[in-house]
Amino acid sequence: MAEGDVISDDAKPRLPRGVRLTHNEAQGGWVLLAPERIFKADAIAAEILKRCTGEATFAGIVDELATAFNAPRERIRADTSKLLLGLAEKKLLEL
Amino acid sequence: MAELPKPLGLLAELTHRCPLGCPYCSNPLALESRDDELDAGTWSRVFKEAAALGVLHVHLSGGEPGARHDLIDIAANAREAGLYTNLITSGVGITTRTMRDLWEAGLDHVQVSIQDADAVSADRIAGYRGAFQRKHALAAEAVRLGLPLTVNLVVHRANIERISEMVDLALKLKAGRIEIAHVQYYGWALKNRAALMPTTEQVTRAVAEVDELRRKHQGKIVIDAVVPDYHARFPKPCVGGWGRRSLNVTPSGRVLPCHAAESIPDLTFWNVRDHALDDIWANSPAFNAFRGTDFLPAPCAGCERREIDFGGCRCQAFLLTGDARATDPVCHLSPHHARVAELAAVQEDTPYAYRRM
Repeated sequence: MAEGDVISDDAKPRLPRGVRLTHNEAQGGWVLLAPERIFKADAIAAEILKRCTGEATFAGIVDELATAFNAPRERIRADTSKLLLGLAEKKLLEL
Repeated sequence: MAELPKPLGLLAELTHRCPLGCPYCSNPLALESRDDELDAGTWSRVFKEAAALGVLHVHLSGGEPGARHDLIDIAANAREAGLYTNLITSGVGITTRTMRDLWEAGLDHVQVSIQDADAVSADRIAGYRGAFQRKHALAAEAVRLGLPLTVNLVVHRANIERISEMVDLALKLKAGRIEIAHVQYYGWALKNRAALMPTTEQVTRAVAEVDELRRKHQGKIVIDAVVPDYHARFPKPCVGGWGRRSLNVTPSGRVLPCHAAESIPDLTFWNVRDHALDDIWANSPAFNAFRGTDFLPAPCAGCERREIDFGGCRCQAFLLTGDARATDPVCHLSPHHARVAELAAVQEDTPYAYRRM
């Protein structure tokens, strides 16, 4: 659950039905699609969103990304949190 | 020449058959027959070509797409091509069983049209007794399955006083979004213009009401509005610019820059039976007829809004001025703007000319 601007470690973020991450070569990469809406996802956003399956926990996703990209965990956590909270506010993600 | 834009949306008119008779139907007056409809295999190819061209959203529309017995295969093929698949339905002619199969085929979203919050009026507008009840049941079934729902309301004189009730109905149905679309006057709606046209006072009240409803229901439902353009000061950026963002494939495979494009005479449309979609997008005479803004005469030439609204709608320019290259006369800067105000002032309580095959 999200409280204020913090996502708890055991939250399991997922894309709701009707919101889908897809790859389109002609559009140059990953896009998040919703009814009448399109959000281009850069490489990092796509890596985060691919893991939002409703099964992995927020802490698990952060750990995995920190390992995969060999980056400081706190920075990954802050960036991931910012993206997910922004999407949740637009109803493009469930926390 | 500037780089060719990439389309984002494809409107797939699977059939012109429809049980309803809405007098503002966006299909052309000359409807295409069942015998000419593309088969599911051809649609499948078109979806793959569309995705390769950059299309992200496909809208399975009609007529009533439920009139196609192979609708589930068509929807599955659209999903398989990687497209975000939206079904635009009247809700009549789709059973709950079909809805469940569509859900299983991966349908992403459903849009159901509802003609009015008042059942008797809704059925009268649709020209179909019992339509309101059936739409209501189908929308509820879609939500029960977990499909995101948009309710579409086309606004005109017979229902403009009940926009707030329509939003309440959409909330009751648990729709995530409602489209409040004022009638756009092409095809059947143009034929029925005086019977559909609201008064200026009604339009002014309705626009304010929608703003108010948006504030009131913020966070509960998304309210998207299509403005009543005969009452506007600036024209709409029709289809996001001609041959720029979207394309429309008719039941028989003709590819149009917008659904009303056939109302402009002398345009040559290519067919998916003869050409690949990327070839049509890049080279068909119809798509290149009004691409860009260089062709626009004064007052668009030199206007700072030229790249915002692209001079408005080519079909409307033709229908109201006789010249498809003219500034859309909805623009208050158009020399023909007074004509729009004259037409918007004509209300006649004549019976609807219902859309029939």
